Amino acid sequence: MYEHLETAQNKENLKRVVVDPVSRVEGHGKVTLLLDADNKVQQARLHIVEFRGFERFIQGRPYWELPVLVQRLCGICPVSHHLAAAKAIDQLVGVNPKNLPVAADKLRRLLHFGQLFQSHALHFFHLSSPDLLFGFESDIAKRSIIAVLGEYPDLGVQGVKMRKYGQEVIRMVSGKRVHGTGAIPGGMNKSLTKAERDTLLEDIDQMIEWSAASVALIKKVHCSNLPYYDDFGTIRSNYLGLIKPDGALELYHGGIRAKNDKGETIIDHVDYCKYNDYIHEEVRSWTYMKFPYLLSLGQENGWYRVGPLARVNNCDYINTPLAEAAREEFKAHSDEAMVHSTLAFHWARLIETLHCAESIKILLNDPDIMGHDLVAQGEKRYEGVGVIEAPRGTLFHHYQIDENDIVTKANLIVSTTSNNMAMNESVRQVAAEYLSGRELTEPLLNNLEVAIRAYDPCLSCATHAVGKMPLQLELIDAEGRMLDKLVKHNDGQIERNTNG
Amino acid sequence: MVKPVLLFGYGNLSRGDDALGPLLLEYVESNCDLEGVEILSDFQLQIEHALDLENRELVLFVDASVACDDAYDFAMLTPARDKSYTTHTMSPAAVLDVFQEIKKQTPPPCFLLSIKGEKFELGEGLSANAEQYLTLACQFAGQLLQNMDVKIWREQATDRWN
Repeated sequence: MYEHLETAQNKENLKRVVVDPVSRVEGHGKVTLLLDADNKVQQARLHIVEFRGFERFIQGRPYWELPVLVQRLCGICPVSHHLAAAKAIDQLVGVNPKNLPVAADKLRRLLHFGQLFQSHALHFFHLSSPDLLFGFESDIAKRSIIAVLGEYPDLGVQGVKMRKYGQEVIRMVSGKRVHGTGAIPGGMNKSLTKAERDTLLEDIDQMIEWSAASVALIKKVHCSNLPYYDDFGTIRSNYLGLIKPDGALELYHGGIRAKNDKGETIIDHVDYCKYNDYIHEEVRSWTYMKFPYLLSLGQENGWYRVGPLARVNNCDYINTPLAEAAREEFKAHSDEAMVHSTLAFHWARLIETLHCAESIKILLNDPDIMGHDLVAQGEKRYEGVGVIEAPRGTLFHHYQIDENDIVTKANLIVSTTSNNMAMNESVRQVAAEYLSGRELTEPLLNNLEVAIRAYDPCLSCATHAVGKMPLQLELIDAEGRMLDKLVKHNDGQIERNTNG
Repeated sequence: MVKPVLLFGYGNLSRGDDALGPLLLEYVESNCDLEGVEILSDFQLQIEHALDLENRELVLFVDASVACDDAYDFAMLTPARDKSYTTHTMSPAAVLDVFQEIKKQTPPPCFLLSIKGEKFELGEGLSANAEQYLTLACQFAGQLLQNMDVKIWREQATDRWN
C-alpha cells in the first residue's frame, strides 16, 4: 500500500503543492503534496476541513426537531440524514424497526430509493461523466455537464430527467422537495394518494430503461481500458455496510456486515445499535476528520470502505432481476472475490441506481403505500441509534436525551468519514503512480480529483454563496517561496503566475 | 398547468446568511399577493432546476452573495456556459444554459436578486448586517411582485451580472 506517503521524512527539503478546494465534490477539501527536487512525491494527504460542529448543532435541541433540522447538515443528501435521524428517534419513542407500520416502512423505503436514485444520477451524469467521457486529463472547459449536454445530448438530458424523477419521488412522499417532514417519530405523516402513485408510475419504465443503459455505458467505459481502470487509484481494503438477513443488498435497514479484501467475513448481521462494540474512531493531528476502524483488526488494518462498491461487493445477491444480472457481470469481470478498483465505484453506483429504479416500481405497485396506518407508539427511551445506507455509504446517527426530551449527546459517523482512510490511500496511489516525477499541470492534478470523486465524498458544506469557491494551486519551495501558482476563477478563467 | 411566474430562493436555513434566499420567500409568502406565482426553495441550484423554468413568463432567483457591494443587487440573467467545473452548485446563468441545451429554445426572462451575506457557519442565525440587507431586499421584492412585467423589471436591473 501507500501508507509510507502519509508522512514524509526530511520535510524541510520538499516542495509543497496544494489542490484547494477539490472540485465537484460536495463541500470543501484540499490535497497537499510534498515533492522532492525531482518532483517525486514524498507525502500526499487529503484534508477535509468542514466536518466540525455537527454534534454541537444537534445537542441542546428537542429530539422531535431533528428529522427536519438534520436535513440542513447536507444540501445534497438531506433525505439520508432525515431517515437516519427518524430511525434513531423511533427508538426514543419506543418503536423498534419491526414494529413500524408496514405502510410507514414501505413509504420510507420509497423515499430512500428516490433519494439514492437522484443522488447517484447527479454523481454520474453531472459530476463524473465529464471525466469518464472526455478523459481525466482533458481540456478543463470540457469537464462539466454543460459539455456533456453539448456532445452527448441524449445522455445529458437523461441525467437531468433522472434527477428530476428522483426529486419528484421525494416531493410526493415527503410533501416537499427539501425540508419535508415525511418521516416522523414512529412512522410517516402521510401516504401516497392514488393520483401521486399513478403520476410516478407513468415514467418509471423509462427510468429503468435509462438506468440499465447507464450500467451498460459504464461497463463499456470501464472494460474498454480494463488494466487502467482496474489500477487507477486502486487499493485493497475491507468493506462494510448493511445487509439483509438472507445476505441480499440492503439500503434501508439491516445488520452490519464487514468483509476483508479476500472476501472473508469479519462480522455479519451485527445489530447496529451495538456499533460502538465493533467500530472505533481514531483522531489524527493533521485533519479534523476522524478515521473509523474495525476494533477487531486494530487501527492499522481495520479501516474499511463504504458506499456502492462496498455494498455490491459485500452482498450475496440483489433482489431485483436487472440489477442482479448487472451485479453478476460486475463480479465476473474481476478474478478476485472482491472488486478493489476505485473507479469501479462508478459501475457499482449505477448498478444500485438500476436497483433503485426497479425497487421504486415494485413499491409503486404495492397498495400498502396508500395505507393509512402510519404511526406506532411505545414507551420513551433515553438512547436511540439509526443507521442507513446513504448514497455515499453507511450513515450512523446516535442520540441520547434527558427527561425533558433535549438531546444531551449526539454522535454521527457520516459515510465520507468512513471512506477517509481509503480516499487518502487512493490519493497516495495516484500521486505515486501517475504524478510522481512529472511537471504538475492542472490536467495532471485532475487525476487526484478523479480518484477522490470516485468515492462521491460529501464534505457537507451546503453553502454556495456566489463568489465563494475558486480553485487555487500553489507550488511552494522549502523556504516558503511561491514558485508557481494557478488560479481558476468562478467564471472558469485560468490565471498563471510563475515566480520561480 | 404551471404558474406564469416562478420565485426561486435557494440556500441553507441553518447556515447563517446563506438563509437569505429562503427567508425572503417567507416574507413574500406572508406579505404579497402571490396569485400566478409559484414559490420554490432548495439548498442550491442543480441541473434539474432547468426544467422548472419551462412554460414560465418571468422567473426571479433569490440568493445570498458575498460579492454584493450594496445591500442587494438586481440583475437580468442571460444563459452562460459555466466553465467552472465546480458545477455541483450551479450559477443561475448556467441553469439557463442547461435549459437552452435541453429544450433547444430561449429561456424565459430570468432575474437574480442577490442579497449581501457575510457569515455562513453551520448553526448560526443571520448576521446583524444581513438582517438589515434582508429588510431592504424584501421591500424591493414586494415592489417587483406588484408589477410583474418584464419591461418594468428590466428597467430596475443592473447589467453587472450575467
